[in-house]
Amino acid sequence: MKKYLLDLSVRCVSYPRLGYVLLQLTTLSGDPLPEMQPGQFVEVRVDGSATSFLRRPISINRVDREANELWLLVHIVGEGTRWMASLSVGDVLNVMLPLGRGFTLPSVPALSPSGLPERCLLVGGGVGTAPLLYLGEMLSRAGACPLFLLGARTHDDLLQLDLFRRLGDVCVTTEDGSAGERGFVTQHSIWQTTPPPARIYTCGPKPMMQAVARMARERHIPCEVSLENLMACGLGACLCCVEDTVDGHVCVCQQGPVFSIDKLKW
Amino acid sequence: MSDLSTRIGSLTLKNPVLTASGTFGYGLEFADFIDLSRLGGIIVKGTTLEPRQGNPYPRMAETAQGMLNCVGLQNKGVDYFCEHIYPEVRRLDTRVLVNVSGSSPETYAECARRIAALDDVPAIELNISCPNVRQGGMAFGVTCEGAASVVRAVRAVYPKTLIVKLSPNVTSIADIARAVEAEGADAVSLINTLMGMAIDAEKRRPVLSIGTGGLSGPAVKPVALRMVWQVFEAVKIPIVGLGGIMNATDAIEFILAGATAVEIGTANFIDPTITVKVIDGIKDYLDRHGFGSVNELIGLAHEGKR
Repeated sequence: MKKYLLDLSVRCVSYPRLGYVLLQLTTLSGDPLPEMQPGQFVEVRVDGSATSFLRRPISINRVDREANELWLLVHIVGEGTRWMASLSVGDVLNVMLPLGRGFTLPSVPALSPSGLPERCLLVGGGVGTAPLLYLGEMLSRAGACPLFLLGARTHDDLLQLDLFRRLGDVCVTTEDGSAGERGFVTQHSIWQTTPPPARIYTCGPKPMMQAVARMARERHIPCEVSLENLMACGLGACLCCVEDTVDGHVCVCQQGPVFSIDKLKW
Repeated sequence: MSDLSTRIGSLTLKNPVLTASGTFGYGLEFADFIDLSRLGGIIVKGTTLEPRQGNPYPRMAETAQGMLNCVGLQNKGVDYFCEHIYPEVRRLDTRVLVNVSGSSPETYAECARRIAALDDVPAIELNISCPNVRQGGMAFGVTCEGAASVVRAVRAVYPKTLIVKLSPNVTSIADIARAVEAEGADAVSLINTLMGMAIDAEKRRPVLSIGTGGLSGPAVKPVALRMVWQVFEAVKIPIVGLGGIMNATDAIEFILAGATAVEIGTANFIDPTITVKVIDGIKDYLDRHGFGSVNELIGLAHEGKR
């Protein structure tokens, strides 16, 4: 896929939860946004910081074709993301996109052997839920039936639940039991009560993804995970973000960030 | 109209801007962003005789106005380069140089010999300064004898333009430059990364997998500029300057300090189009100040000492 270096203008800034910012961006030129796949990411240039200067890799939260908007849901963790949270409507953000390889979508129409829409389980934790929104939308569009299993520490860390509910059924776990079932996503009753999905997609903290990958393996379900190794260039040039896979050290930014669990040494 | 072309030994460049090894892949990764034929040249990723896996993850840490890396020369080996990558990059309308590394004078020489056979690679950059590998690499670049031994072995089998990339992790870089000049190097490039480290206070552990790494980016520029200045006064062969160049003014400062050409490294990560901006900026500078050729700027800050 062709990559672009674009100036995007901030159309809307909102704070869905404390510590998170949602940026809705459109092209400064007015041109339509390039093609992007769910699971791909962008590299955002951080301006005006005395210390941070590398671009920040951010997953694609949503692409709204009608509004010509790119959504980035950002967890504010350091100086770069704090700068992103300080942007205002009309500010310009320099972005490199789309980068990496996204999630594999089922062939259209996505039907199970019995002729029903193919059931896909999307498991997200923390801000790792961000790319699953766009993925869920594209799965629905392909005729599949997405089921979301979203985990967080507390009720206050759950993001965009209303938007997920528009796309499919949503199951929730929280570590303190303040929403949904208490515990981790891998402990949710859905693993026992519903027939196994045709495929599993997951994004979130590494221990969570490793646990989901184990459950997928036990059940012989194809599973893709999205990694977020520290990276610099985002283009496969610097070889900093490598994951040790069955094919050796490969760049997460170029061969990933989405990998089939069959490729990982987990 | 000012002339941007320059020469390093028998190698002519359409302009003095090269890309630094390990920061620009094989060039093709940047083809969506810039016209690669605009570049003076591309120095491709460090290549060794045998394939190398490099160091474990994590390999990168951002620091104040800089970054540390400990990639450790991950590459698929010289034969893979010759068979699979060379056919693609030879078609580019720019100079393609290969950065060569090894673990002994013999492996450096054998790698260089195989690259010498490639018609469209007019020069190599000999990496005796990688701080991230246990065997070889910087070990050769920190003593005059070590540096000389590698250059001697390679010079014997490599007839084309030989550039030697020097380590800043030495007491006197001028001494090392003299040693490689005496062994017949056509040029020196400097600086490779400065050894540094980062520690994660929360985890109470080093950030990088092998503890230490090489520092690059704007943080190292004053050090690099000083070293180019010193080496210019020490040797007669051309100098390729690099270290934290982020814009055309930085590049011009290196040329004024004595560089015949420059390499852009870490800046490629922040702006994939930076190389062409630097080329255009140097041209603007020459026009604005009435210089006919970029060569008139080389070492000019030394006020005619040479």
